[in-house]
Amino acid sequence: MSDETLGSGQSSVPQSSARQTANDTGEVIRSEPATALARFFDSDIWYSFTRSPVTIVAALLVLIILVASAFAPWLSPQDPFNPATLNLLDGFTPPMEANQFTGSVYWLGTDDQGRDIFSTILYGSRISLFVGVSAVLLAMIIGIVLGLVAGYRGGWADTIIMRIADVQLTFPSILIALLVFGIVRGIVPPDMRNDVAIWILIVSIALSDWVQYARTVRGATLVERNKEYVQAARVIGVKPFPIMMKHVLPNVMGPVLVIATIGLALAIIAEATLSFLGVGMPKTTPSLGTLINTGQDFLFSGEWWILLFPALTLLILALSVNLLGDWLRDALNPKLR
Amino acid sequence: MLKTCASASVLMIPSSCSTSTSSLALGVYTALRRKGFVATTIMTASLIGVSLPTFLIGITLIWIFAVELQWLPSNGRGEVIDLGGWTTGFLTDSGRASLILPAITLGLYQLTLIMRLVRSEMLEVLRTDYIKFARARGLPARAVNFGHALKNTLIPVITITGLQLGSIVAFAIITETVFQWPGVGLMFINAINFVDIPVMATYLMLIAVFFVLVNLIVDLLYFAVDPRLRVERAPGK
Repeated sequence: MSDETLGSGQSSVPQSSARQTANDTGEVIRSEPATALARFFDSDIWYSFTRSPVTIVAALLVLIILVASAFAPWLSPQDPFNPATLNLLDGFTPPMEANQFTGSVYWLGTDDQGRDIFSTILYGSRISLFVGVSAVLLAMIIGIVLGLVAGYRGGWADTIIMRIADVQLTFPSILIALLVFGIVRGIVPPDMRNDVAIWILIVSIALSDWVQYARTVRGATLVERNKEYVQAARVIGVKPFPIMMKHVLPNVMGPVLVIATIGLALAIIAEATLSFLGVGMPKTTPSLGTLINTGQDFLFSGEWWILLFPALTLLILALSVNLLGDWLRDALNPKLR
Repeated sequence: MLKTCASASVLMIPSSCSTSTSSLALGVYTALRRKGFVATTIMTASLIGVSLPTFLIGITLIWIFAVELQWLPSNGRGEVIDLGGWTTGFLTDSGRASLILPAITLGLYQLTLIMRLVRSEMLEVLRTDYIKFARARGLPARAVNFGHALKNTLIPVITITGLQLGSIVAFAIITETVFQWPGVGLMFINAINFVDIPVMATYLMLIAVFFVLVNLIVDLLYFAVDPRLRVERAPGK
């Protein structure tokens, strides 16, 4: 990568806060060309990225799974959600072997319905990623807003929000997600449950996870609140809400991004766990967890591929995102440079 | 309800006990022999253990030990004996055998997490001046490592272990589902599936009481381990 040529246009040394924001933007849109690209390749983050082979592999794996699941309808040989394309005779075909009735060959074999495992994994990771990313985004929004209000306003708002957060932090997040899921499902009429399952799942995972963001944002806001630029903004009469959003928020985003990356791995695992427990995605639109749940039924009869490949995909996805999060935490931590 | 709780406790008690002790031992070992082959292997394995979801650990264990090797049963509790209302599988062979896999599953995640924590805390403590001084004084390595270093490692470890004991309850839901263990977690999952609000509410109350108790015990343990906390009553304060 031509770091020098790209970076030479950026000869003036940017201020530390401006630089931080540029890095963060660059990190988010890494896979697309952007105007911030030149600055991004010049940054410390990119340097530490190129110096860590494990991170590069992890990023590549995440990218492959992302692209593969985004283009699932074009990449997958079969539409596993459409019963018309399925052939029951194809059921239980082992990987890379010809089916004994139809002679068709599937890379990763088929399940009991004759669905191609490779296709179901593509569609499954699509749902898993969608739920994971949406849940993290929702949790981020809830957490950031509540954290900003708690940290900036202080007083009773702070007390109420942080007490709720403390109570919730005592319980393991998977328990909270299960509980929210159970209650919301109780409210929704039975015939709609399968259609809205994905949204209930997103909301319940987000509600189980927002505390992390709220606490981090609150802590950082408490520090930023007393800095001169915030005081200056207050003196010239900027309203509290614009101060929070335009002035404080950009300066507390760094740690939030790190938590969000690790939170994504946790959300994906949480989704898989809920689906595996049979309370997440229905079997008609399976996510990775549902696929593993289905595969477990065939473990004893020797059809190992129905279980193994979705499980491996989940493992690789979670591990890679985790590694990326670890690296990002270290890269954004000035103490470790 | 009580019956399922008792059944769940049979699973949780040995699991949490063995987890705490073995993670402490492994953590100390990896900290002391930081560069050794065994320690490096354990650390790499623990990284996988941290990112592996609990249910995958359970399924993997079932696959290896129940399906392929057929050494251990894959589900249920085996034969149980009633001890005045508390049924236990400890006293029968099949009960003990069907306990092994769920207990390992339940403990493995906690094990890796606490082990990594013990290791990093221990490494931190081993760098401090008073440890160097104790070495310089010529104290035997055992006294330095266990008498001085380990004690100061324990404080954060107790906090996390306490919290993790709480989360064992949550992970028990998953473990009990994987192994079809008739515990309180499995009942909770069934309650969610059938939208059985009273059972869910009772379960939550129980969990809440459990959490409060665990946190209380953790707070009391601080005083036992850390003499600095007992200074509050010193004269002049």
